[in-house]
Amino acid sequence: MSEQQAEVTTDYEPRIVAFLCKWCSSAGSDLAGVSRIQYPSNATPITVPCTGSISPNYILSALKKGADGVLVSGCHIGDCHYIEGNFLARRKIHLVKELLGFVGIEQDRFRMSWVSAAEGAKYSQVIKDFVEDLRPLGPQTKVKAGRS
Amino acid sequence: MTKKRTGVFVCHCGNNIAATVDVKKVAEAMSNEENVVASEDYVYMCSDPGQNAVLQSIKDNKLDSVVISCCSPNLHEKTFRDNAKRAGLNSFTCEIANIREQCAWVHKDKAVATEKAIKISRSAVRRAGRDQALEPIAVPVTRKVLVIGGGIAGIQAALDIANAGLKVILVEKLATIGGHMLQLSETFPTLDCSQCILSPKMVDVSRHENIELMTYSEVQEVNGSVGNFQVKIKQKPSYVDPELCKICDDCAAVCPVVVPNEHDLGLTARRAIHIPFAQAIPASYTLDENACLGLNPVRCGKCKDACDVGAINYDMLPKTVTEEVGAIVVATGYDLYAQEHMNELGGGQIDDVLDGLQFERLCSASGATKGHVLRPSDRTVPKDVVFIQCVGSRDPANHCAYCSKICCMYTAKHASLYKHHVPDGRAYVFYIDIRSGGKGYEEFVQRIMEEDEAIYLRGRVSKLYRKDGKVRVLGTDTLTGQNVEIDADMVVLALAMEPSKGTADIAKTLKIGRDKDGFLAEAHPKLKPVESVTAGIFLAGCAQGPKDIPETVSQASAAAAKVIGLLSQPTLSHAPTVAKVRNSHCTGCEMCVTACPYNAISLENGKALVNEVLCEGCGSCSATCVRSAIEVKNTTGLQIQEMIEACLA
Ligand SMILES: Cc1cc2nc3c(=O)[nH]c(=O)nc-3n(C[C@H](O)[C@H](O)[C@H](O)COP(=O)(O)OP(=O)(O)OC[C@H]3O[C@@H](n4cnc5c(N)ncnc54)[C@H](O)[C@@H]3O)c2cc1C
Ligand code: SF4
Ligand code: SF4
Repeated sequence: MSEQQAEVTTDYEPRIVAFLCKWCSSAGSDLAGVSRIQYPSNATPITVPCTGSISPNYILSALKKGADGVLVSGCHIGDCHYIEGNFLARRKIHLVKELLGFVGIEQDRFRMSWVSAAEGAKYSQVIKDFVEDLRPLGPQTKVKAGRS
Repeated sequence: MTKKRTGVFVCHCGNNIAATVDVKKVAEAMSNEENVVASEDYVYMCSDPGQNAVLQSIKDNKLDSVVISCCSPNLHEKTFRDNAKRAGLNSFTCEIANIREQCAWVHKDKAVATEKAIKISRSAVRRAGRDQALEPIAVPVTRKVLVIGGGIAGIQAALDIANAGLKVILVEKLATIGGHMLQLSETFPTLDCSQCILSPKMVDVSRHENIELMTYSEVQEVNGSVGNFQVKIKQKPSYVDPELCKICDDCAAVCPVVVPNEHDLGLTARRAIHIPFAQAIPASYTLDENACLGLNPVRCGKCKDACDVGAINYDMLPKTVTEEVGAIVVATGYDLYAQEHMNELGGGQIDDVLDGLQFERLCSASGATKGHVLRPSDRTVPKDVVFIQCVGSRDPANHCAYCSKICCMYTAKHASLYKHHVPDGRAYVFYIDIRSGGKGYEEFVQRIMEEDEAIYLRGRVSKLYRKDGKVRVLGTDTLTGQNVEIDADMVVLALAMEPSKGTADIAKTLKIGRDKDGFLAEAHPKLKPVESVTAGIFLAGCAQGPKDIPETVSQASAAAAKVIGLLSQPTLSHAPTVAKVRNSHCTGCEMCVTACPYNAISLENGKALVNEVLCEGCGSCSATCVRSAIEVKNTTGLQIQEMIEACLA
């Protein structure tokens, strides 16, 4: 690793948009709070009814608006409040990943996780891991509007 | 769109938020947002003075929307929305920014926590900027309930609901209600007589002023939605007028046709005109038209001549009725997995190899052998009886993957009943392990092992075949590692329970889901165990999964309680955050129609149309529509886009 790169990765804080489903992952992140489990502040949550409602468009748009990473977190398969929304979401990941590859963005900038309302510790771990995994990628500049 | 007038109220939550988030700074940052006309902070927003401050500000500043930056919406969203309503605001224009659980409590550095709290609050402000005033959708209700299936589950649910003063239509496809419980001899773990505890309930059903019983009937069509379903029920002709029938048996005595009796699982025979069993409800004979020689005096006509009261009418026609109901309970029960599937155990071809229900009929005082345990082939008393558990259950490779849950218990019961009938006989039980989780269940099994001296052998049976008038049983005892060979007089298979025949059809008719094993699927495995995925349709008994009578009854009463709760309201109120179609954008591609898990979308005149009562607002439709023609109110694409921007600004 060259010195220049090392410099970039140390003073760079990845900015993450985290889409959380209302019933499981948002409640799971509430539990992390109630349990006072600390994790990095890089991810700003947006609560949606269901991961099934997240269109690939939102993910691309978050990257365009300057996110370095996008997280989608929902109920475990089989536990979806809306029957099969998370299943739809899982099918969409594939599509999103391919789309990212197509426009030349590292596929690892998008992550999906399953966090239940009882998994506060898991939520904090997901955030920690994602932040660490995004660091080596450096800031996302490929599709950021206004940058080249 | 006119500009919004939003007020932001940042809560300190004592020190819970204020210790890590600079609340003043958040309030100040929000005051610079485009729509924000008031931005304040207060030590406890949810307290009386806090709420009053919000109320006052709404009035003073003529706010049309508010954002409360505070704890999780799970805690106080309702409080703040009600408060907003008190001030004359529409409660759906009040948004919560969670800066406690999702921010203050999980970060230590005040600078970064404050920065994140600003993003979260800003995101809520943007969302509120496009929130529409919404009114809960009022749905009128029909105070009448359809119960499908007249087993113990359906009976219990119907009685509970009828006792609460609601009208019930109980639809049973057979000629009598009672279901499988009627076929049981005694019931574990107390060994009380099944019929003795069931018959009084059946009589209650027939006499209840609020219950209309339709036997020999099936539901053909269901339309509408919660509060107002339209159901079409078809009743087959029984060719006997139940009002006139005296249950004298004169007709059956002259009927020349003999067919296997289903109630005794083929262990006895009946005539074409018959009563399923003596205490059937309704108390009337039924003419089985498939067995009858022709419903025609030219062909036979013996029964009609024999009936003194003229109860028999060969010209009776099928009857179809359409009813309006507010809710539906599905209690269509189970069937046993067919012996024919078990090739290694003779595939149903070996004499004296019975299934569990047949053994119940052998033990029952009203059964095939009037309560004497005799083996079917030669009516001798069997001295060595082998009971095999888990037949067809827990075998994902070849049969059913699931545990049928009750076979350990009823096999222990069978071993006990057998020993009580034949004290000098030997009862062998092959098992994989014993699952006896239930009140008094473990003690029951222990008692059968110790006091009734049933011989429990841990292992699977690999083969059964007929040899010298006996059934040779080849198995292994995995505890000793020995092969076991028993020449049995009779073998009883504890076959898996499966959804009753026709479950797939009824699920389709009702548009409710089934699980991977074909049982009806509950809306949530933990929190909505008696609700189906469709609002207003509830599940009870073995139709939802294998269970014993106590659990069946509990579930039936739970479903009844849900129904009573639902229909006790004059109108139903449904969250208005439902999907909305923009006709100008919709091309009628039907992508959303397929995506909707609630079947809430249909195509009308080439455009998607959302049934707001069915829609749960999950947004699956909006994510599939490539033209953004369908969106959930107050979670629109524009709102999400602006929230994303707010998180990254
Ligand atoms: C061998 C054996 C022994 C058992 N022993 C015991 C015991 O000792 N103790 C105990 O607690 N439990 C015992 N059980 C379990 C018990 O039988 C069940 O828990 C109970 O019968 C379930 O009741 P149900 O109403 O859910 O289903 P069922 O009894 O199957 O009733 C369902 C009813 O719905 C009707 N139906 C089906 N489809 C339709 C349709 N489309 N339209 C209209 N009607 C329809 C059926 O004709 C039937 O009348 C035993 C089970 C077996 C197999
Ligand atoms: S997916 Fe969109 S365009 Fe297609 S029918 Fe539904 S609303 Fe119309
Ligand atoms: S929001 Fe969900 S429930 Fe409502 S119409 Fe769309 S897919 Fe169906």
